[in-house]
This record gives sequence, structure tokens and C-alpha cells, in this order.
Amino acid sequence: MHPAPSVILFTTLSGLGFGLLFFLGLGLPDVTGMVAFVFFAIAFALAVGGLLASTFHLGHPERAIKAFSQWKTSWLSREGCCAVAALLVMGLYAIGAVFFDQSWRALGLLGALLSLATVFTTSMIYAQLKTIPRWNMALVPVLFLTLSLAGGALLAGQVNMATGLLVLAGLVQLAYWVQGDKALAKSGTTLATATGLGGGGTIRAFEPPHTGSNYLLREFVHVVGRKHSQKLRVIGFTLAFVLPVILLLLPFGHLLALIAVLSHLTGVISTRWLFFAEAEHVVGLYYGKR
Amino acid sequence: MTQLPTTTNRKMGLVIDLDTCVGCHACVISCKGWNTENYGAPLSDQDPYGSDPSGTFLNRVHSFEVQPEQGTAQLTHFPKSCLHCEDAPCVTVCPTGASYKRVEDGIVLVNESDCIGCGLCAWACPYGARELDLAAGVMKKCTLCVDRIYNETLPEEDRVPSCVRSCPSGARHFGDLGDANSDVSKLVADRGGFDLMPEMGTKPVNKYLPPRPKDQIEGEIDILAPLLAPVADTPGGFLGWLDTALGKLPGGSS
Repeated sequence: MHPAPSVILFTTLSGLGFGLLFFLGLGLPDVTGMVAFVFFAIAFALAVGGLLASTFHLGHPERAIKAFSQWKTSWLSREGCCAVAALLVMGLYAIGAVFFDQSWRALGLLGALLSLATVFTTSMIYAQLKTIPRWNMALVPVLFLTLSLAGGALLAGQVNMATGLLVLAGLVQLAYWVQGDKALAKSGTTLATATGLGGGGTIRAFEPPHTGSNYLLREFVHVVGRKHSQKLRVIGFTLAFVLPVILLLLPFGHLLALIAVLSHLTGVISTRWLFFAEAEHVVGLYYGKR
Repeated sequence: MTQLPTTTNRKMGLVIDLDTCVGCHACVISCKGWNTENYGAPLSDQDPYGSDPSGTFLNRVHSFEVQPEQGTAQLTHFPKSCLHCEDAPCVTVCPTGASYKRVEDGIVLVNESDCIGCGLCAWACPYGARELDLAAGVMKKCTLCVDRIYNETLPEEDRVPSCVRSCPSGARHFGDLGDANSDVSKLVADRGGFDLMPEMGTKPVNKYLPPRPKDQIEGEIDILAPLLAPVADTPGGFLGWLDTALGKLPGGSS
């Protein structure tokens, strides 16, 4: 799959933002006044910034309002609805915390649930696609949720929880890679099932339909970054999980925490880049590519 | 709405004969022509006369080679367009309701004024049947020439999809695949028509007819063959001398 920067930024930033909103909604930390203002500003900047970035890859962003209508079948529509609901509820909660010194707990709990639901719906946009076996796994929502929670705990300054969640998210990430590498073969889709040809022989794509490239190849067949994927996995894993955990185990300081957050963010962006670049769409089979 | 209808009154679709398709791409060109000049946003090209031309097509012809364990390889030309699936994954993922499947004839269409160009339907389609038009920013797909097949201003013989009308080898057939007595359904039954990627569970309406096995040449090539002068296995005369002489030189033979 083509790793579109807007989608990578969106899923990474909004995942982190909604993770932070989840903890703020639970009252971890239970902040009010100026401190609350700073926390909520960061959370909203990440969540809303991510959502805005996601509209950059649309052909007609001015019609985006229509995307709230098909929540009965479409995970993308559900994501839009959940995100707006989470931002509205947490916005009200933030007003209480910042301006009235109040922690409206019920509202906070509802906002926390909606924030998690938003991350879940984001992950289901990918996990629902049978056409991309590497994404069509239960581990994808687990990965998105644990990453969001780990990043949220890190931003919320919940040191112990963040350490545990980072270790957990790291394990899920490893499991996703191990299982994902086998997914295309396990799906049973081959050039033979794609064409119905090849009974009693070997089939190969002899000639593509056109001499140039096309939308399908640009969107679905991304081979440029795959050759470096093993190196990128090591770099991404170290930055996203190993380094932040080490920093959290050291005596707490704001500078170390900031480095841990930045390292985690960079690491998640690179693993998210791989999430797209490594994903094989079955349409590539028709072109003798994957 | 992006909820799929549980049943459709008819299942209009194509039957593509992989045995007779000659790979001329006439269907590709006539499709591009009709769907650029008529319904919806035109199918644009990017850099058409430059060094890196590309464009939107609703129908593309691949070529595949099957090499059996014994004998010669067989080349199959393979036209591919929207299969108008009964369980169309491209419809249910659409966030705006722009994509829909019609109850009356099962045709899968895009309402271009509702399409936000997110591309998710193209991701959900295993067949590569949907392409985002870069000029219009909306998703394009085969409409089964919905503006031809019911068009009473056209002569009756033209009321079929453009690709079917233009095919010079009769490799494309159009009809109601939901009606077991229709010509296309009988053709599918007779020839063992099959689905593409059945494991995806999309239940495509369009069917493909397999290439027939190649004629097997057994024994003599031709009944007249024994009367022909035998072809010499070993050269004689000057060529024979040359063969022997060169063979004696050091360096071996290639």
C-alpha cells in the first residue's frame, strides 16, 4: 500500500491524542485550571490535527460532512461520528476542568470510552479489508489500541502505567509482524485463484494492460521501502518501545519524559509507515507484483 | 445507502470468454470513449503525450501465460472490469453513501456528487475495478453502460455495454445472470463459467469462461507428412564437411 504521509500522520497523532484524552477523562492526572488547559491543549491539538491531516488525501474534502451518514455499514463513517462525539464530550469536560475547577467524572468516563472507541474504529477501517491480508487480522485493533494507550499514558505522565503499556504494545507489535508476514500466504489468494487459470500448470503475468503506471499500481503496489523493512523494524521498535521504557525506568525528570515522548512518537511514525508500505493488496497479483 | 440489498430483481452482468478473447483492447478503448463522452466525470489522462502517461480506465486487458508440465505454454488475454458483486465490499465501506447497488438490476454505481474521493472502496475491491480519477477527484468504475442499456434513443442492437458492442471476436456477452434461462446463464452452465477470487466471498455476478484445451497433436503431424521428403538430421555435402571440420577444432561446441 502507498504510505500516504497524511494518513500516517493522522493515525499516529490522533491515536496519541485520543490516548491522552482517555487518561484525562479518567482523571489520570486529575488536573484543573492552567495545568488542565495545557494537557487538554496538547490532546486536542494532536487529535484534531490528526483528523485535519486525514482530509488532505481526499479528492473532495469540502464534502467531508457527508461522511457522517453511513455509520450503519462503514467503519470510516463510524470513525468520524465517534471522533466528533469524543471531542465534544471531552471538550465539555475540559471546560469544567479548566474554567470551573470541576472534574465532571461521569462526563469524563463517557469521553474516555468514546476516545477509545474512536481508536478502535480507526483500526477497523484497516482490519476489515479482506483484500489486504496483512491488515485483516484481530491483532490490528489490538495493536492500535495498545499503542494509543501506551502513548496516552506516556503523555499523561503515568510513569508506571506507561512502562507496562509500552512493554505490552511492543509485544503486540512483534506478534503483528510475525503473524503479518504469513498473512498473504495464509489467505489462500494467489494468481491462480485471481484468474481461475493455471490448472495443471504454472501461471505468470505475461504482459500488463498498459505500458505506463496507473492508479492501482501507485496506490496498492509499493515496493520502494520494502527492501529496508527489516532495518526500519529495528529502528522503529527501538525508538517506539525500548528507548522510552529505559528512560521511564531512570529517575523521573521532565527532560527525560520529553525525550521519551519524542522517541515514542518518531518510532510509532516509522512503524506506521511500515504498516502501509509492507501491506500487500491482492490486486498486485494481477500485475505479477505484491 | 451503503447497505446492500438482500436480493436484486435481476443480476445484469458480463460473461467473458477467455477462449475467444484475442487481446485487441478494442473494449478498453470503446469503454474509455463512451464513458468519457457521456455519463459522469470524463475519464482523464495525466501527461498523455509526455514521458510518463497514465489515465483512468474502467476496463483493462491483462495477459497471462500458463506453462503446463508437458507441452507448450498457453497465452490467455484477460479483460477485467467491475464484476458487480452480489456482496460488494466496495459499497459497504463507503462513508458517504455515494456507492450503491441497485435493487432493480444489481448494477453497482457511484453517485459522483456524493463521493469525497477517500479511495476506501478501491482498497476494498480485490479486483482493481475502481480507479480514482485524478482530474475529477471522484471514484470511477464500470457502470455496465447504464446510459446505453436502457437508452431508447439508441438502435436496439446498441443497447448493450460499449465493450460488448465493440468486441470483434464475440468474447463478451451481456445479460441477466439471475435468470437461469437467459442466454448468458446457459453459456456459463455449458462452458463451466467461474468466479474470480471466490475465497473473497464477494459473489461476483460477472463470470469468466475458461480457455478450451489446445488441440493435441498425436502421431503424425499431417496425413500428407509421410509423402514429404524426410528432413535430414545430419547435414551432408558442404555443410557436413563444415560441421565435421569445425567440430575438430579445439574449444568445444556451444
